[in-house]
Amino acid sequence: MLGKLDWSAIPFGQPIPLVAGAVVLVAILAVLAWVVIRGHLPYLWSEWITSVDHKRIGVMYILLASVMLLRGGSDAIMMRIQQAIAYQSAGYLPPEHYNQIFSAHGTIMIFFVAMPFVIGLMNLVVPLQLGVRDVAFPTLNSVGFWLTATGALLVNLSLVIGEFARTGWLAFPPLSGLTYSPGVGVDYYAWALQISGVGTLVAGINLVTTVLKLRTKGMSYLRMPMFCWTTLASNLLIVAAFPILTATLAMLLLDRYLGFHFFTNEAGGNVMMFMNLIWAWGHPEVYILVLPAFGIYSEVVSTFSGKPLFGYRSMVLATMAICVVSFMVWLHHFFTMGAGPDVNAIFGIASMIIAIPTGVKIYNWLFTMYGGRIRFATPMLWSIGFMVTFIIGGLTGVLLAVPPADFQLHNSMFLVAHFHNVIIGGVLFGAFAGFEYWFPKAFGFRLSERWGKVAFWFTFTGFFVTFMPLYIVGMLGMTRRMQHYDVAAWRPWMIVAAFGMLLLCIGVISQIVQLVVSIRNREALRDRTGDPWDGRSLEWATSSPPPVFNFAFYPDVRGEDAYWAMKQHAKEQLERREPEYRDIEMPRNSPTGFICAFFATVMGFSLIWHIWWLVIVGGLGAFTTFVVFAWRDHDEYVIPAAEVAKIDRANIEERRNLVSMAGGV
Amino acid sequence: MSESSGHFDERADIAPGAEEEHSLRARVLGYVVGLVLALLLTATSFFIAGTDLVWQPSIPVAIVVLAIAQMGVHLVFFLHITTGPDNTNNVLALAFGLLIVFLVVGGSIWIMGHLNQNMPPMEQIMKMQ
Repeated sequence: MLGKLDWSAIPFGQPIPLVAGAVVLVAILAVLAWVVIRGHLPYLWSEWITSVDHKRIGVMYILLASVMLLRGGSDAIMMRIQQAIAYQSAGYLPPEHYNQIFSAHGTIMIFFVAMPFVIGLMNLVVPLQLGVRDVAFPTLNSVGFWLTATGALLVNLSLVIGEFARTGWLAFPPLSGLTYSPGVGVDYYAWALQISGVGTLVAGINLVTTVLKLRTKGMSYLRMPMFCWTTLASNLLIVAAFPILTATLAMLLLDRYLGFHFFTNEAGGNVMMFMNLIWAWGHPEVYILVLPAFGIYSEVVSTFSGKPLFGYRSMVLATMAICVVSFMVWLHHFFTMGAGPDVNAIFGIASMIIAIPTGVKIYNWLFTMYGGRIRFATPMLWSIGFMVTFIIGGLTGVLLAVPPADFQLHNSMFLVAHFHNVIIGGVLFGAFAGFEYWFPKAFGFRLSERWGKVAFWFTFTGFFVTFMPLYIVGMLGMTRRMQHYDVAAWRPWMIVAAFGMLLLCIGVISQIVQLVVSIRNREALRDRTGDPWDGRSLEWATSSPPPVFNFAFYPDVRGEDAYWAMKQHAKEQLERREPEYRDIEMPRNSPTGFICAFFATVMGFSLIWHIWWLVIVGGLGAFTTFVVFAWRDHDEYVIPAAEVAKIDRANIEERRNLVSMAGGV
Repeated sequence: MSESSGHFDERADIAPGAEEEHSLRARVLGYVVGLVLALLLTATSFFIAGTDLVWQPSIPVAIVVLAIAQMGVHLVFFLHITTGPDNTNNVLALAFGLLIVFLVVGGSIWIMGHLNQNMPPMEQIMKMQ
């Protein structure tokens, strides 16, 4: 009846996961109770859960990423403490638990923090920058988000029901095969990623279509803001690379469930094929994450330097070059596997070549700042912090791209330091920069600058204090994922790293404080005009938060930096005759995404525990939801012209006031 | 696609198929021609595989050529890939897809081939010594 599931799945003997799980459960129940008692449930259901508005879906993506950042961060804290104390002792985490923690940390940080954060920002901003009213497939967008949330839910369920994988974040066989991982851990991992992978794929298709097909009048490709270009490149990579991940994990699951032999040691299987395939997805994946971040830096640096982006066309070229070359370097993750000098040399050279377009970008940002009137607001601090940090990470990356050096450093703490250097310094700083930069657009008030700066400086110094020691212990021969060690020379550095973790924690707490303080002071921080940073692209041309239809009229774009150009003629534009407002049709909200994801959760959970009848129920449920949606009669509603006019006039009034104050009419 | 999100007719890259003005008859004719060609190519492949009318070593090459022709027929008649200006996106997407498939499949075969040569199972190493 319940497959493999019974009471032994609950880890009564292990206090840490049990207490952590209980605390999370109580917190969730408390929030739910508060929502229900205060009567917010209908509002949440109709305005957020079933919303197909790209802005709301973007916000929910970022909320998911932020919550999961706390979860993945807790794992990181536990690992740093373990390695700080586990010198010639067992530490406080038993090996089987420690192994789950580093696996969960990697899985969560990549799939459920970095991915939803960048996809959330793209969702929120790209239609606004393109000057359109929604993404190409609004309901599909909602389905994509909720499937991602399903994956996150399954990973977290493994904390209290059963166990998580102990195989590292990429679950290499034969360790992840049935022989060496007979438990449900790898199944949790694989099904969570399969389901959220579908979500990511549809998000990718949606955003590619949006950029290619929905642009406002005059928004030709070479007038798009840089963030739209990097979004296009990143989502092309999603569409090209995620099917590889899905196929690879499907083969692993066939091995585990149906006795296939793709990646086994026996019967003609080949474990090395798994490394090959998973990295054929895995390397494009890091560019999927970092390209949108590059786009964010481009927007931020240009805005806060008060200049157009330097070398716009070279930036476009560099982005698209990275998009293609990122598919030619994956072997550098397994130089040591033994493909031989020819193969290693070619992939080593390709890996060094990809540093060139990245370098072009760095110089472009520097030249954008050169001669500009730079405002050191929080988003700009994150961007400058990124440049400093990412150059170091990039240089250690070029070092690792040299096969003989890689043979020494493979799987060492040096590698761990390198990829945290580029992912934190590149992706996370970018996500934070984007968060600070576009928060006023999403919510209508700015975030506290003071707390933002506190958060930046703690995170920035905390990063260096945590990860520079890891480079050093890597050079001293420490390998990654060690539960305990006996080498005295490593100890002091591990203690320094744990102290750095403390600084990082203060950075994260500062950001939470920033959010609370800013919400309390929201009236003082209110952004009335919709253009708090003196921005250059179209998202600033509408009010903050934007109306559900984004723009009363499709903006007419005449060049790069569309909104900057409009502001040059702001006075005439605002004084001209009032335009003729028309009815606007918008897509109806739909619970399809939520219901689909509910059934996907049921199906994933029962697949993990071999509850076959429930698998069928979940699968049928999800399919039925899709059929019902496909047969819908009404999918749009009309916002009457009077309503559009009322909303738009209020914003124009604010802007007129601003212009008359600034220009003195 | 959300209707409200706008059609901007002045843009060159309109979704292929969406704005087609062809009559029903012309479209049906297109599909019929495609079907006939596809069936013809399939039948020829099966015929060639078993025949002794042609020089035997040429058969695999012929089958590869017929397969590629088959792909072409599908792309042109069923997926409506054309060289028209409204089709730039589709052609580029196809090219990108082909490039990625070539890189991943070709790269994997190359890598795994070298691996197999350099890292044979233990018993084979023993035999070599």
